[in-house]
Amino acid sequence: MSIWEYANPVKFMRTSGAILPWVVAGAAVCTLTGLVWGFLTPDDFRQGSTVKIVFLHVPAAMMAINIWVMMLVASLIWLIRRHHVSALAAKAAAPIGAVMTLIGLITGAVWGQPMWGTWWEWDPRLTSFLILFLFYIGYIALWSAVEDPDSAADLTGVLCLVGSVFALLSRYAVFFWNQGLHQGASLSVQPGERMSAVYRYPLYLTMLGFGLLFLALLLIRTRTEIRRRRLAALQAREMRA
Amino acid sequence: MIELGKYAGAVIGAYGLSLALLGGLIWQTLAANARARRDLERQERRG
Amino acid sequence: MIALLRRDLALAVRAGGGFGLGVAFFLILCALVPFGVGPDTAALQPIAAGILWLGALLACLLSLDRIFALDHEDGSLDLLATSPLPLEGAVAVKAMAHWITTGLPLIVVAPLFGILLHLPPAAIPALLGSLLLGTPALSMLGAFGAAVTVGLRRGGLLLSLLVLPLYIPTLIFGTEMIRRGQEGGDMGPPLLFLAGITAGVLAVIPFAAAAALRVNLR
Repeated sequence: MSIWEYANPVKFMRTSGAILPWVVAGAAVCTLTGLVWGFLTPDDFRQGSTVKIVFLHVPAAMMAINIWVMMLVASLIWLIRRHHVSALAAKAAAPIGAVMTLIGLITGAVWGQPMWGTWWEWDPRLTSFLILFLFYIGYIALWSAVEDPDSAADLTGVLCLVGSVFALLSRYAVFFWNQGLHQGASLSVQPGERMSAVYRYPLYLTMLGFGLLFLALLLIRTRTEIRRRRLAALQAREMRA
Repeated sequence: MIELGKYAGAVIGAYGLSLALLGGLIWQTLAANARARRDLERQERRG
Repeated sequence: MIALLRRDLALAVRAGGGFGLGVAFFLILCALVPFGVGPDTAALQPIAAGILWLGALLACLLSLDRIFALDHEDGSLDLLATSPLPLEGAVAVKAMAHWITTGLPLIVVAPLFGILLHLPPAAIPALLGSLLLGTPALSMLGAFGAAVTVGLRRGGLLLSLLVLPLYIPTLIFGTEMIRRGQEGGDMGPPLLFLAGITAGVLAVIPFAAAAALRVNLR
């Protein structure tokens, strides 16, 4: 029994089909409870009711980065071990990551407007998210531009590797370029910097919920890709017959 | 109804836009999956 | 390798405008900017460094698809792939030919255009140094983008979408270096970062670009 067994599409379809209802249920319960709980938290004495935006902003931003890392790992597995499911999972994850980045950017803009008095500020964190969004767009565009599926998987895999290095490099370059308005990590382990427990627990719940939501969407989208691939294979066989 | 104070527009706007984006993503995912499943089933019945 | 470099240079020159077109584009861009922002020295001076770098970036971008496209069409890329010369080496030579035909002429004329945009003379050495250190990375990253998109029918727009985000670190450190040169600050850190990025790109990207080319030639 090893994790590589799931590289077999049939096995992947069976297992993912079995766990999918549980993941969907968990995602729905955690996300909805977390968001409602977050919506009912008291107002912050400085930020007023805008503090409620944190329950969308932070989980989306966290997932935006984590999804890229997941795509990087999946691309590496594809390039090294040539498991098709891995390449398809990377393809399936990209649009979810792009939407998460967009949510992080939009909630940030809406939050920044009353707090900083501006929709957009060329702040390092904001700017690096915009750059991350550009990398997602390029990655998705390359997938849709290349016709041969294996070539597309190879090319996007290489792009993901190079892009990861440059996304990281851009992040540090951007810090060098401009000091920002954005606060530091809200969940750091140092006492005194942490946010109060009233906000922290619903935030943990929404983070878990977004993680599960990503997993659910990823499984469904990967299943879609596997079905499409199988359909193409069947059609090709029919053409030949 | 919860009192949101003077920032009601910002909070509701942020939630509305984000949930609309998430809803769109979920809808697109499910629609694509249903289409792929239907096409595949039709093909398998034929072949 | 030398023969390949010579061949690429000769082709660029004979195709006409290998050297000239990039520079002409650069000139037009620099001439258009004052129409957009107004002719005031006070308005032009702070953005001159950025405009010059952006101009170099775009001029470089415009000629990228030529790196591999023509060789792919007439099949000489397949010959290169089967030749004893490693494909990584061929990629590096082609990127170098691109740099000589577009990057180098831009560097030569950049001080002149800097004067057009009211860049203070004190910043000229920083301008030259940053372009000299940064543009090889632009050509190399461009060769990677061209290698990824070489087989595609409408690769041009996609190429810029893929390549431009990769240019961000180089652009940031390049303009930062000129800004510090302009204000008499310490140019050391951005210079070292710029040189580091270029060295890293020249060392690693040929492998990625060659891998992408092999996929596209399959």
